[in-house]
Amino acid sequence: MDNCLDFNAPHSMGTTIVGVTYNGGVVLGADSRTSTGVYVANRASDKITQLTDNVYVCRSGSAADSQIVSDYVRYFLHQHTIQLGQPATVKVTANLVRLLSYNNKNFLETGLIVGGWDKYEGGQIYGVPLGGTIVQQPFAIGGSGSSYLYGFFDQAWKEGMTKDEAEELVRKAVSLAIARDGASGGVVRTVIINSEGVTRNFYPGDQLPLWHEELEPHFSLLDILSSPTPSPMDI
Amino acid sequence: MATVAESERTLYPYVTGSSVVALKYKDGILMAADMGGSYGSTLRYKSIERLKPVGKHTLLGASGEISDFQEILRYLDELILYDNMWDDGNSLGPKEVHSYLTRVMYNRRNKFNPLWNSLVLGGVKNGQKYLGMVNMIGINFEDNHVATGLGNHLARPILRDEWNENLTFEEGVKLLEKCMRVLLYRDRSAVNKIQISKITEEDCTVFPPFSLKTYWDFSAFKNPTAAVDLI
Repeated sequence: MDNCLDFNAPHSMGTTIVGVTYNGGVVLGADSRTSTGVYVANRASDKITQLTDNVYVCRSGSAADSQIVSDYVRYFLHQHTIQLGQPATVKVTANLVRLLSYNNKNFLETGLIVGGWDKYEGGQIYGVPLGGTIVQQPFAIGGSGSSYLYGFFDQAWKEGMTKDEAEELVRKAVSLAIARDGASGGVVRTVIINSEGVTRNFYPGDQLPLWHEELEPHFSLLDILSSPTPSPMDI
Repeated sequence: MATVAESERTLYPYVTGSSVVALKYKDGILMAADMGGSYGSTLRYKSIERLKPVGKHTLLGASGEISDFQEILRYLDELILYDNMWDDGNSLGPKEVHSYLTRVMYNRRNKFNPLWNSLVLGGVKNGQKYLGMVNMIGINFEDNHVATGLGNHLARPILRDEWNENLTFEEGVKLLEKCMRVLLYRDRSAVNKIQISKITEEDCTVFPPFSLKTYWDFSAFKNPTAAVDLI
């Protein structure tokens, strides 16, 4: 059968990535699965990568391509920050990402969501899909798991959310995508960026809600078999 | 003027089940599979039963194309029915069912119209435990523990290490759960809803579906890039 373990298949982060603005900053979210064909090469990857103190990027597509783009952007931004004398803006960061994606479009296969906070425009999210288009959006979704989230966001996204509402939305969204996308899985990581700084969070499966047809997890079938089922006449 | 229906052959699978893992234990056979039916990379169906009893003495587990598995169940229904109609006190055991299925799978392969499955057959008859496997190209064998698909790469090594002749039911279940948990972590098409079934000389039980706890509480997971010096 094709599709068996092909260790030479490129490491691809199937992925679900999400970025949402709220009044005061942004929340970025991602799953943690990196697959090589059908094998899960890393079940706890960190797909939300720092570019500067105040700007992070969510990576999807080819693991190698997204890592190298992030590394180049971080390198150029570092020099830019020194020259400018103050933190880089989110817009400049996103544009650097765009330049690399666009000018190497025939070689790269990576979709990115750039999110951060700066003192001029506050929280911003920029989507940079395959090909190097740049699109500023109130929220962005990407990766293979995002297919399952278009309807969800159409219904659940609202203008002017609080930080906690935005984080809950991101957590719920990534968790829903993980439930249906075989290429997404593992834990949900979120990064909140605002004027006060950056907060990283980590949500394993047991801290996420159960969706349709999902069951409460147990240590073993033996625990279920040995627990007495209540008989009908028990008070 | 050959109007042979070239269109009527399975070229590639559509709705697929992932691994099945099985082992012999003291009283019979234990088999486990998750209840997922994937549609490409989408985890579309989450309550597909991939372990089915066949007759009195056999348990059949399938991975691969679900529609082909359902067709196989129809063939087996007919086989068991005709066997019962003889009413001669004899009934088809796991070895016979395995042999039948091997012929079916191999002959379909020769006609370039395979049943896109990997099947695990287990059972006990007259005190003899039997556990075998047959796949879509007709490869078949029997062993003390078998697995399909990714289970061959991930579960078999664990079983080779930890299986022994005298496993109790509890030990067997724990061992299968260990295998299924690894598959949950490392197989993209795995779904966290598992069915375990056992077959002994006396009877066959398919236990109700359940979910396994998974472990993510490692500091290396919380902060994977801790060792990297940034800027």
